[in-house]
Amino acid sequence: MIYKRQGNQTVVFENPPVILSSYSVVGPKEGKGPLGKTFSKVLPDSLNGNKSWEVAESKMLEAAMQGALEQSRLKSDEIDYMLAGDLLNQIISSNFAARTMGLPFIGLYGACSTMALGMAVGSMLIDGGFARNVLVGVSSHHDTAERQYRSPTEQGNQRAMSAQWTVTGAGSLVLAQSGTGPRVTAATIGRVLDFGEKNVNNMGGAMAPAVADTILNHMNDLKRTPADYDLIVSGDLGQVGLMLAKEVLKRSGVETANQFNDCGVMIYDSGQDVHAGGSGCACSAVVFAGDIMQKLNSKQYKRVLLAGSGALHSPTSSLQGESVPGIGHAIVIEA
Amino acid sequence: MFEQVIPAFIVGGLICVAGQLLMDLTKPAFTPAHVLVTFVTGGAILGALGLYGPMVKFAGAGASVPLSGFGYLLSKGAMEAVDKRGLLGAFSGGVEAAAVGIAAAVLFGYLVSIAFTPKG
Repeated sequence: MIYKRQGNQTVVFENPPVILSSYSVVGPKEGKGPLGKTFSKVLPDSLNGNKSWEVAESKMLEAAMQGALEQSRLKSDEIDYMLAGDLLNQIISSNFAARTMGLPFIGLYGACSTMALGMAVGSMLIDGGFARNVLVGVSSHHDTAERQYRSPTEQGNQRAMSAQWTVTGAGSLVLAQSGTGPRVTAATIGRVLDFGEKNVNNMGGAMAPAVADTILNHMNDLKRTPADYDLIVSGDLGQVGLMLAKEVLKRSGVETANQFNDCGVMIYDSGQDVHAGGSGCACSAVVFAGDIMQKLNSKQYKRVLLAGSGALHSPTSSLQGESVPGIGHAIVIEA
Repeated sequence: MFEQVIPAFIVGGLICVAGQLLMDLTKPAFTPAHVLVTFVTGGAILGALGLYGPMVKFAGAGASVPLSGFGYLLSKGAMEAVDKRGLLGAFSGGVEAAAVGIAAAVLFGYLVSIAFTPKG
């Protein structure tokens, strides 16, 4: 058997899995953002006719997965695994969406890095010969995340300037053994790093070291430099975290020019009052499924590094005074 | 009317400025819940020292509506009840004095939750 690992943390796929299709569903605020036109579907409001935001989130994930499946032109029984994750306790959005989808289901939790994690694991399943086609999807919802992590929205607490706004949306894509489309060529699974940031309103700062570490290891493992990529895009560090990650890379001798951007920075305008930018599983998922996939398909981007970032704390751990551990997972997608 | 509104506006506004400064100048670990508790206990202490009463007289709702006014009411009620009934009054007097506010909060909270479906 061929050992596909290269360097410390990276795997290089022998037969790179193809991204057959991608689909994104977002809420109205994201629809009004600068990437509004790139999403497959924009909901009129964040409840979308459901009785709770939680149900709305799960239905969004379902819609995104159905959309990606339809566009791939595969039949449901040709999908070997469904990989999904979200931010809610016991990943209920994904569990409930999987109940409807009826596919063999692997639930994932990587906080906001879940899309990159799902694409890495899905690609490993396919290139390892365990699956032909894998459906990957994630979701997040501003109001369910506020309930889960912070205070009731009716309380109207002031938000810190370093805080990020959880994206309401869901993104999904189909990975396949063969077909046409951009390919996932390598993946670098990250380590959990914790530099002791206890401020849950600065998750970008908490995640930045882990993302920078993953990018550095990725470059070392594959003997590449940032210049080998048309776009290096972090999951959702936001403005604060992006600045910090750039600084860490610079001090480690890796210069990133303008090709290093962040999904959390890209998804909203500065006028949308989101403070440091977007976050949530859906943030990197919908930016990737929309804008980045379109530019890969049109060959505007030839090689992209998507570095999903996750803050791996819970509301309980934060109340007990624990710091916020961060993680970053990177995948390479080539047109 | 203006001789009531202007002092209320100024004093109420200054209390809010103190709250905003507490939010902005403290560490992030100091949450809105900490501000709430600080204001209630602060009002109770200022009331016990006899400093909050004159402020309520001067500014009316500007001093009684903010959370510190609730703390003031607790300490004022407790002290008055001690004068009337002895030491046990310290336990009963505060809530008695604040009973109108507490009952109103329960009643209107209940009515609003029947009329609307809270989702947050």
